[in-house]
Amino acid sequence: MMIKLDLVTKVYPDGTEAVKEVSFEVEAGELCVLLGPSGCGKTTTMKMINRLIPITGGKIYINGGDSTKMNENELRRNIGYAIQDIGLFPHMTVGQNIGTVPSLKGWPKAERNKRAEELLELVGMNSGEFIDKYPSELSGGQCQRVGVARALGADPPILLMDEPFGAIDPITRVRLQDEFLKIQQDIKKTIIFVTHDIYEAIKMGDKVALMKEGQLVQYDTPANLLYRPKNEFVEDFVGADRALKGLQLIRVKEVMTSSLPTVKADEKAEAARERMEQEGIDWLVVVNDDGKFLGWVGKAELGKGELVKEVMNSSAITVTVNTVLNEALSLMLSSGANNLPVVSKDNRLQGVLSFDIIRKALTEVSQRRQSE
Amino acid sequence: MRRRVILIGLLMLLVGLTIWITNLEWIKEGVYKPFTWGDIMSATISHLEMVVIAELIAISIGVPLGILVTRPGLRRLATPVVGGVGVGQTIPSLAVIAIMAPLLGFGLNSAIVALFIYGLLPIVRNSYAGINNIDSAIVEAARGMGMTRGQIARKIELPLALPVIMTGIRISTVITVGTAELAVLVGGKGLGLITLTGVFSMQPLTILQGAAPTAALAITLGFILERIENSMTSRGLKVKAAMA
Amino acid sequence: MLGAWEYLVKHPEKLAGWALEHLWIILVAITIAIILGVIVGIYITGRGKEHMADTVLYLAEIMMTVPSLALFGLLMLLLTSVGLKAIGFLPAVIALIIYGQLPILRNTYMAIRGVDPAMIEAGKGMGMTERQLLVKVKLPLAVPVIMAGLRNAIVIIIGIAAIAALIGAGGLGAPIFRGLRNARMDLIILGGVSVSILALLVDAFMNQVERWVTPEGLKRR
Repeated sequence: MMIKLDLVTKVYPDGTEAVKEVSFEVEAGELCVLLGPSGCGKTTTMKMINRLIPITGGKIYINGGDSTKMNENELRRNIGYAIQDIGLFPHMTVGQNIGTVPSLKGWPKAERNKRAEELLELVGMNSGEFIDKYPSELSGGQCQRVGVARALGADPPILLMDEPFGAIDPITRVRLQDEFLKIQQDIKKTIIFVTHDIYEAIKMGDKVALMKEGQLVQYDTPANLLYRPKNEFVEDFVGADRALKGLQLIRVKEVMTSSLPTVKADEKAEAARERMEQEGIDWLVVVNDDGKFLGWVGKAELGKGELVKEVMNSSAITVTVNTVLNEALSLMLSSGANNLPVVSKDNRLQGVLSFDIIRKALTEVSQRRQSE
Repeated sequence: MRRRVILIGLLMLLVGLTIWITNLEWIKEGVYKPFTWGDIMSATISHLEMVVIAELIAISIGVPLGILVTRPGLRRLATPVVGGVGVGQTIPSLAVIAIMAPLLGFGLNSAIVALFIYGLLPIVRNSYAGINNIDSAIVEAARGMGMTRGQIARKIELPLALPVIMTGIRISTVITVGTAELAVLVGGKGLGLITLTGVFSMQPLTILQGAAPTAALAITLGFILERIENSMTSRGLKVKAAMA
Repeated sequence: MLGAWEYLVKHPEKLAGWALEHLWIILVAITIAIILGVIVGIYITGRGKEHMADTVLYLAEIMMTVPSLALFGLLMLLLTSVGLKAIGFLPAVIALIIYGQLPILRNTYMAIRGVDPAMIEAGKGMGMTERQLLVKVKLPLAVPVIMAGLRNAIVIIIGIAAIAALIGAGGLGAPIFRGLRNARMDLIILGGVSVSILALLVDAFMNQVERWVTPEGLKRR
């Protein structure tokens, strides 16, 4: 457990209860989105984690340790921090900005520079071109990138991000979101991400904590939040109905993955393992000699038998190229499967539809809706 | 470039005027005893002396005062201090100087105190504004990154406020050079003695013998301080100004 | 302090006389300064006048650093050489006009140049001529900034008008200088305090005027 909030409460001296007994846990490497309307306490909750706002009740544990017992500046130097207003230091170059926390930690100059170069490349900026520029010479999107790079400066295990892509145009925002997700796959930080944008939450979050008036309403995966809302407030806030309508307009064939690794049922389990390693994945679709869909096989099951057909999970849940996405999605949710095979009338495998694909389609639909 | 030409032209005009008057033959034969080069030089030096002393005191009190009232514990003092500065700047310089006579009597000290008080105002105002106008997101980012209070002040707030503080010092100095002419009325020394001799004898040429070098001094000091200000400003802040 | 009060009670008409003199001279000067400052300020915003604007603004900036006594001396010299009266009202008013128009000119220029290009575009799009743009869009938007310059100008020239008593222009500077010459503390205090009060009152009044003339839509920002 990287971050654990236990009945965290914030009461201001004037009696306002900004955050009331909020508890949730974030696993290492997870991206947790704090979502809610303005004034719901999400930013306050985030700022209590790095103690920018002092906690008045409950406990926050970082890596098992009580955060209030740590030195607050040490704590903050080990938690990357990126905010909507970016707050780049205008009198420092991009390189110096990124090197701020490393310099606080006493890294030698050469190491700081090397780190700044790496991070600039990581966020997709040419380090040679930008490292000596000043923030005032950058565009809004570039500033946001530098802001993220700066938060990663000393390679902290935890990142706090307060609407980091908030202040930029929608097109750049989508690009930065995509890029950041890609970066996160590599760096696997534990991230608390604050936003008021439900679509951003669905797109970015492994988990979403939806807050209202200082209280945690639902803490769940994006899918459950969308399709198993706990109460009316959640339903209204996520606007599941609207999103679903958007999905009705898209058919599986428009979004499915068609090139996919398969294995025949008669092959040896060992062969399946090799293929998985080659492709860098941990599951394969099992087909018969005619290319008809039979089921799935996962890495964990491979050791249980000699032939693929002995260890595979047969399944009859399939969709066709013409299934509309909202139906596919409810099928997924009811079966608990993360991937659905796309088959023709004679059960021949044509592709795969994953939850990630639907999620992506959902954000695209909503963004199209927003720009209209 | 154009600005440099204007500046140098104006300076040459003022210095030329001084030279011309001082070398005029007929004024030497007239009723009024003209001032010599020696007089002007020593007056310029004592003028500068008075200005420098007053400014050094004003800076050493004004900068810390302006900065201190931005600190959390002393923030409630900001309104009265800044308000007081505003009122002070509205009061004519002549009134501030003249009032020293009944308060402190005539003498060099009264003159310096008057100059110090009047010079203090722009310095306090700019020191306060320089720190107070820093984008709060910048300070929050610094806090969030784990900088201590001292580090934030040293690495973020002071460098960002420095150009504004320097502007305050420049404005104050230039104003003080001018007001120092009047400070002679309560016992000051310097070029004002020459100017006022001219004023009281209604001799415009003598007025200019004192006032033209004073103006040249003000312009030159303003220019030098502006250069210093520029060299102390981070390039990152200048680029912004150029783009705005 | 007490002496000043006694003097005031004994000769209220004298103080009133000085105050009126002071007000009259700044009124004349500021009226002309507004007209001049706004006209020059608008003129140099014209297309192709960027260099001229830069020169004028820089000159204005430097002029503000020239002590008023230098300008008085120069004006006396010039007026004498053309055979005009070199002391009193005339040189004082001219000096006040020169100093007074500088902040007005600078603010007028800044305000008009600072109008959001989108608004000018919108105005043009609706078919406004250059003149209509100036009168209907640029000037109303610039008014608050020009007024701030005017307020600044008035405060400055109240102070300089006090100094102008040295060259025989009268006003509230007169008792100050007379007091300083004769070590009459009551006169120094009376003059110093009343000119300060005058400046503060006028400043507060102008602050109010600034609010009145700001278009409603610009107030909440």
